Amino acid sequence: MNIIIAGCGKIGSTLLRNLVAEGHNVTAIDDNPAVIEELNNIYDVIGVCGNGTDCDTLAEAGVSEAELFVATTDSDEKNMLACFLAKCMKAGHTIARIRNPDYNDESLGFMRQQLGLANSLNPERLTAEELFNILKLPSAVKIETFSQRNFEMVELLLREDSALLGMSLWQLRKKFPARYLIGCVMRGEEVIIPDGNFELKAGDRIGLYAAPHEVQKLLKMLGLLQKQARSVMLLGASKIAYYLTQALLASGNRVTVIDKNPARCAEFAEAMPKATVICGDGASQELLLESGLAHTDAFVALTGMDEENILISIFAESQNVPKVICKANRPEMATLAQKMGLDSLVSPRDTVANILVRYARALENSMGSSVETLYKVMDGKAEALEFFVREDFSHTNIPLKDLKLKDNVLLTGILRSRKAIIPSGDDVLMAGDRVVVMTTGHRFQDLSDILR
Amino acid sequence: MNRRMIFSVVGKMVTAEAGLLILPLATAVLYGESCAWAILQTMLLALVLGQTMVLLSRPKSRVIYAREGFCITALAWIFMSAVGALPFVISGEIPHFIDAFFETVSGFTTTGASILNDVEAMSHGLLLWRSFTHWVGGMGILVFVTALLPSVSDRTIHILRAEMPGPIVGKIVPKAKDTAMILYKIYLGMTAVMVVLLLLGGMSLFESLIHTFGAAGTGGFSSRATSIASYSPYCQWVITIFMLLFGINFNLYYLLLIRRFRSVLQSTELWTYLAIVVVAIALICANIRDLYSTFAETLRYASFQVSTIITTTGYATTDFNLWPGFSKGILLLLMFVGACAGSTAGGLKVSRVVIMAKNVGRQLRQLVHPRSVTAVKFEGKTLDDQTAHGVGVYLSVYLFCFVAIVLLLCLEDMSFTTHFSAAAACFNNIGPGFDLVGPASNYDCYSYFSKFVLSIGMLLGRLEIYPLLIALYPGTWRKKS
Repeated sequence: MNIIIAGCGKIGSTLLRNLVAEGHNVTAIDDNPAVIEELNNIYDVIGVCGNGTDCDTLAEAGVSEAELFVATTDSDEKNMLACFLAKCMKAGHTIARIRNPDYNDESLGFMRQQLGLANSLNPERLTAEELFNILKLPSAVKIETFSQRNFEMVELLLREDSALLGMSLWQLRKKFPARYLIGCVMRGEEVIIPDGNFELKAGDRIGLYAAPHEVQKLLKMLGLLQKQARSVMLLGASKIAYYLTQALLASGNRVTVIDKNPARCAEFAEAMPKATVICGDGASQELLLESGLAHTDAFVALTGMDEENILISIFAESQNVPKVICKANRPEMATLAQKMGLDSLVSPRDTVANILVRYARALENSMGSSVETLYKVMDGKAEALEFFVREDFSHTNIPLKDLKLKDNVLLTGILRSRKAIIPSGDDVLMAGDRVVVMTTGHRFQDLSDILR
Repeated sequence: MNRRMIFSVVGKMVTAEAGLLILPLATAVLYGESCAWAILQTMLLALVLGQTMVLLSRPKSRVIYAREGFCITALAWIFMSAVGALPFVISGEIPHFIDAFFETVSGFTTTGASILNDVEAMSHGLLLWRSFTHWVGGMGILVFVTALLPSVSDRTIHILRAEMPGPIVGKIVPKAKDTAMILYKIYLGMTAVMVVLLLLGGMSLFESLIHTFGAAGTGGFSSRATSIASYSPYCQWVITIFMLLFGINFNLYYLLLIRRFRSVLQSTELWTYLAIVVVAIALICANIRDLYSTFAETLRYASFQVSTIITTTGYATTDFNLWPGFSKGILLLLMFVGACAGSTAGGLKVSRVVIMAKNVGRQLRQLVHPRSVTAVKFEGKTLDDQTAHGVGVYLSVYLFCFVAIVLLLCLEDMSFTTHFSAAAACFNNIGPGFDLVGPASNYDCYSYFSKFVLSIGMLLGRLEIYPLLIALYPGTWRKKS
């Protein structure tokens, strides 16, 4: 598929990397020659140096041939204009990054319609949603939902004191009979799709796959449930903090926000009168303790600096805050932070890239490949693919235990006429089902590809 | 330095060469010639050597940078030339390896300089191989393999950049593989048209293939000792025009195909190239009008010689050694100019000459108005300082290499014109020079040492110097950087 990305900053270049890896024909537009040069050297893309809101530049990038146009420059207005022009010049779908809260209210729908936008991206809001989900279920490192929220995969870290250590998966199944699956396990840097003989160890990050309404019950049974956060402390009065506070306050939490910029604090306090806003340097441990860090249920570091976030999060962990979440934009920083013991990391870039890759997949699907949706899980090291079982699929009505699947492939969910099934060996596939397949290291185009 | 990746790619290239040898093998079998065995043996050898390299160096990481790109290119060309020389040696048609190496390098680099005293005694299979190397080398061996094989690395652009000539190498579509594919499709299409036109002119299929390969790659190997002179004026005109066409940047043909005519018409390089050709033809016509009886004949000889030299092909329809000094002077200048960047031709390239001229203009203006701020524009865009500066540096490196080659040749006792023109003709990938290496004679007069020097010169010229220099520079290979 031909994709144009206008504006290749942090979000833009992460998108670009993910879309190139998906095998798309990507054209990058940026007004900084150095950025274009760099992208040209690293990725198999073509770069056009120029202004994304200039018709000549857009024409040079071949906008009329593009099925997808994404504008991710630093300015919302530029993005809107670029998308509008691209649409006028016969681009297929256009997506603009619009992150100013002023635009992200009821007027957004009207604006999207008028500009012909297929979608708008608000990385801050998306990240806030992700953070909110984690805070709702603090034992999880991350939560992903699949198939219109019919399945959920909760990423959990097995701590030293977990009762599950040393158990193999079939022992686990025997001891706790319920509808769930362990879809993938991250051990060190490697992601494994486990089979029945796989033994759990301390430090493993497991992907527990179940229906959303059963997750709480399941975690309780497995002894992994942590109580929901009631008071949350946020560091940095950023846009993410704004959206997150909004959601947290709405669900009855107490929120404390710390920022060192007085103007921003004033602005924040004005917008969120119910939140406690503290103006001060979050890097000062004294201030954090004074603000009640030791008694808070959860701490989220959201400043603009990855390094600061990581260090302060480590301090919060040392104060026995039950749940610490750290925002880290750069992937290499996230890896380092994980080594230093922080398990919950959120990256706005990856969140957005994930959503866009999913969008591109869906778009492409309407033109060929039969992957309905693609989800990247476990830091992008494993993929969950959603397929539609067509009439002509040759292996319907055969118990799953008799299907010969390729290595590193697991069928984790079947959606049959709105009923979510976590499959066991006796379940069968039927035409009209939607299935979710967990995999590492493969690139499937069709459901029959998963068979040996 | 990702050495495993370098040798893995080079191994794949050598394996691919076995595939390329199928065409001459088929020809040899068709004509029932004994050189088929030599070709078959070479194919097996290439397969074994290539696969051994691939198996021994399984890359741990597929990430390559610019220097790996340079090294891959340099080594691939050297290995492929060495292996490509084997059929000549094994069949005994060119017994000495250095001779055969010279001939093959001359083929792949699309030089067209030969050491053969009697071309017509060669077997058809090997003649075809010799010319086929032109065709493959013209657009680039690695470009060819990039087009065919599944993507070697995400960063194939480094390889393409190292192999494709010109100061600025860009892709025409986002994927390197697709770009290579499009270029080869255009190349193949034009080749096919030319073969048909030559067949219509009464050439046999074998000869039209040989001469099309020679013109398409702007190489210049012929199957006859008299080159193109013995063919009809129609064939001479077809070859003249196609040589000029193959000297144009292939990106422009793509723009034509996608109907962006305005961009083609606005190309500074294209117009400069055509202007140089027309002016050179006019000047030579005026200079040699007394040598030939009719104007048509004069024009035909002048345009053929101009296009063969500026596109660095090296065919000949007449011995221009016998022309007056002024015409020879123009031809010698054209040798250095070369054709457009992104074409199959050698030489400095018109775009570099244009940029250099503009740089000179800028410098002069700056001397008059020391505080003036100026920008050099090329193809409608402002050139960044690095490119503008790079062209100047390239010229210096180019001159150093050229002087070194001339100096090494001068160890032999021949006229200076011979040495100078031999170095120019090989370094710019043209073929024939003046005096003892003129169009009517060949390079057999040189010793093995000089032939080796000239072979290296040809490789330097084709790869635009840097890849070979970087591959030879010990610092590149050092483990700890």
